[in-house]
Amino acid sequence: MNRACFRALPTKTFPLPTFKRLTVTKKTSTTAEKPVNFAQAPINAALTAAQKVDLFRTMVRIRRFEERSLRAYQGKKIGGFLHLYIGQEAVAVGCCSLMGKDDHVITAYRDHGHAIAVGMELNPLMAELYGKATGCSKGKGGSMHYFAPDKNYWGGHGIVGGQIPLGAGLAYAVKYQGKKGAAMAFMGDGAVNQGAVHEAYNLAALWKLPVIFVIENNGYSMGTSQARSSAGTLAKRAEGYDMAWGQCNGADVYEVRATMDRFLKLAHEKHEPAIVEIDTYRYRGHSVADPDNTYRTKAEIEEYRNNKDPIQLFQKTLLAEGVLTEATAAKIDEEARAESDHAADFAEASPFPTAADIQTDVYWEADHPAERKSQGRLFFE
Amino acid sequence: MSLITYREAIRHALAEELERDANVVVLGEEVGQFHGAYKVTEGLLAKFGPNRIVDTPISEAGFIGMGIGASMLGVRPVMELMFWSFYSVAFDQILNNAANVRYMSGGQICCPIVIRGPANGGTNVGATHSHTPENVLANHPGVKVVVPATAADAKGLLKSAIRDNDPVFFLENTILYGEKGEVPEGEHLIPLGKADVKRVGTDLTIVTYGRCVLHSLAAAAILEKEHDISVEVVDLRTIRPLDIDTVLASVKKTNRVLIVEEQKPFASVGSQLAFMIQREAFDDLDGPIHRLATIDAPAIYSPPVEVEQLPNPQRVLKAALEAVK
Repeated sequence: MNRACFRALPTKTFPLPTFKRLTVTKKTSTTAEKPVNFAQAPINAALTAAQKVDLFRTMVRIRRFEERSLRAYQGKKIGGFLHLYIGQEAVAVGCCSLMGKDDHVITAYRDHGHAIAVGMELNPLMAELYGKATGCSKGKGGSMHYFAPDKNYWGGHGIVGGQIPLGAGLAYAVKYQGKKGAAMAFMGDGAVNQGAVHEAYNLAALWKLPVIFVIENNGYSMGTSQARSSAGTLAKRAEGYDMAWGQCNGADVYEVRATMDRFLKLAHEKHEPAIVEIDTYRYRGHSVADPDNTYRTKAEIEEYRNNKDPIQLFQKTLLAEGVLTEATAAKIDEEARAESDHAADFAEASPFPTAADIQTDVYWEADHPAERKSQGRLFFE
Repeated sequence: MSLITYREAIRHALAEELERDANVVVLGEEVGQFHGAYKVTEGLLAKFGPNRIVDTPISEAGFIGMGIGASMLGVRPVMELMFWSFYSVAFDQILNNAANVRYMSGGQICCPIVIRGPANGGTNVGATHSHTPENVLANHPGVKVVVPATAADAKGLLKSAIRDNDPVFFLENTILYGEKGEVPEGEHLIPLGKADVKRVGTDLTIVTYGRCVLHSLAAAAILEKEHDISVEVVDLRTIRPLDIDTVLASVKKTNRVLIVEEQKPFASVGSQLAFMIQREAFDDLDGPIHRLATIDAPAIYSPPVEVEQLPNPQRVLKAALEAVK
């Protein structure tokens, strides 16, 4: 264990969490054999040492970026909401590491991890949080609305479940345009009771859209536990739509990759949609405005942080594999901290958008006056 | 010129754009096998096949959201709402996703979707099916809103809407579907945001759009014949972008204004027009701006009374006489 990197493993036993977590059954409606050891799954066995270290590095960069953003928020550099992904890193990194050129990603408002996982740079991401013109959305979107169409990343959406029909639409376009690709439409466990999500499930199954609905089940929709909000097994709702489904442990990046790889192949080759529920945990509140002291115990959080942390676990795995040394892990961590600090400096030094920027990026036509075909006023006083 | 119905004009626009651009697809409830709930899409399935003309389940939030997502990747979906009244169940998709995605992404994404369907009262279908949401839609920067009154305008504007790179909401009228009008042969495009003076006059400007254009023209004929009042009828055709210049030019000439709209009065399209006219043409006005709107209540079912709730030629006539008093 690299103490420079992460908190040491606890020496005392913590009480059991008061909230009973989902039992990960790894049940799936597909018949494919699952490897016992996910490291041996072909998609993981094919990874080079450098690629494995890259997965680790991306997870560390997400965590350090978010920790730095939290400090900036506490320092009143960031407005609005800040929904942190800390604890869930293996999910976005595992899933996005599988993307081919015609695979697409869309997610909800806890979107920083996916943005970094698809390859967005930290500087524009941090600058967006600071509301700066150099932000990835020019300071117009904020924390919940990161986008990178050039990296097949379609947001970053604020309304719970509202992005899921769009995800089905990405898959529809991929299929309509005859490309071999798929969409991964991420949502939290709180989204599964929204009507738009079920409408998208039905369309995907009905029209064989190559979309994987990924439920990142962190146990809580804001402050309401799964037991208090959702009946049944979340992914199993797929059976009502004759759709494939699966579950996996989101603390193990190998398992996430092995599971998603199987469903992606189904989507790519047979246009089969699926629901995959990935068991995960967030250490921070729903947003930084959540005092996080009413609906779960500190002991529960500590249990995950200390014993089920995806970065710690993957570090241990890579050390055991001989792919990573403690020195390299420490260096990666140091670099991630420095990169995040640099991003904060970049954001701090960047200019805010001006009042004149408020009315750009509203209409394509207004932004392309030479190509404008309509007439009349687009904006009003 | 050919004399065709408003319905046929829309169908021809769809067919021509489907022919022209392989990215155009038509999706909606009953648009294929059923030939459209109002037969607008009749024959398109046979001509373009099920890949281009797609019957959807009754699932507006799902399929409209899906169309929005597909449009971000360059598909140009033309989505039919059987009634615009059903927009309420897809509100989040239409006005959070389609309207905002360009802005929130800092201009990286465009959303070239068209959502079309009828939005009108007057068919005795009660309050849930008689909404006219053009004011609600136009309140959202990022969207364009079109309400054509004639067959020629419907065709020319829909073709422009389908080629537009911004989301366009196209509001038709079930009562107009059977109305015939002269439509130019060949390629016929009308730019969005261009009003049309449907009748030239000197004493009163009626600013209107949609089916109320027909009511206004009927009233104007009576006013001319029986009251010797010369009315100019300005058809906005597009609510956003708005051709306020044509309105102001007319006001400058007539000095009196009546706004006629099939809208509930509170915060209607007419409210916005009245604000702009008083702000930009105050010195041209010889009297207060008048307005005739739907009587302010949910749409009543009772057939003869619903006629009275909506603008109609007699109500327009009465309001016009008030306005020139």
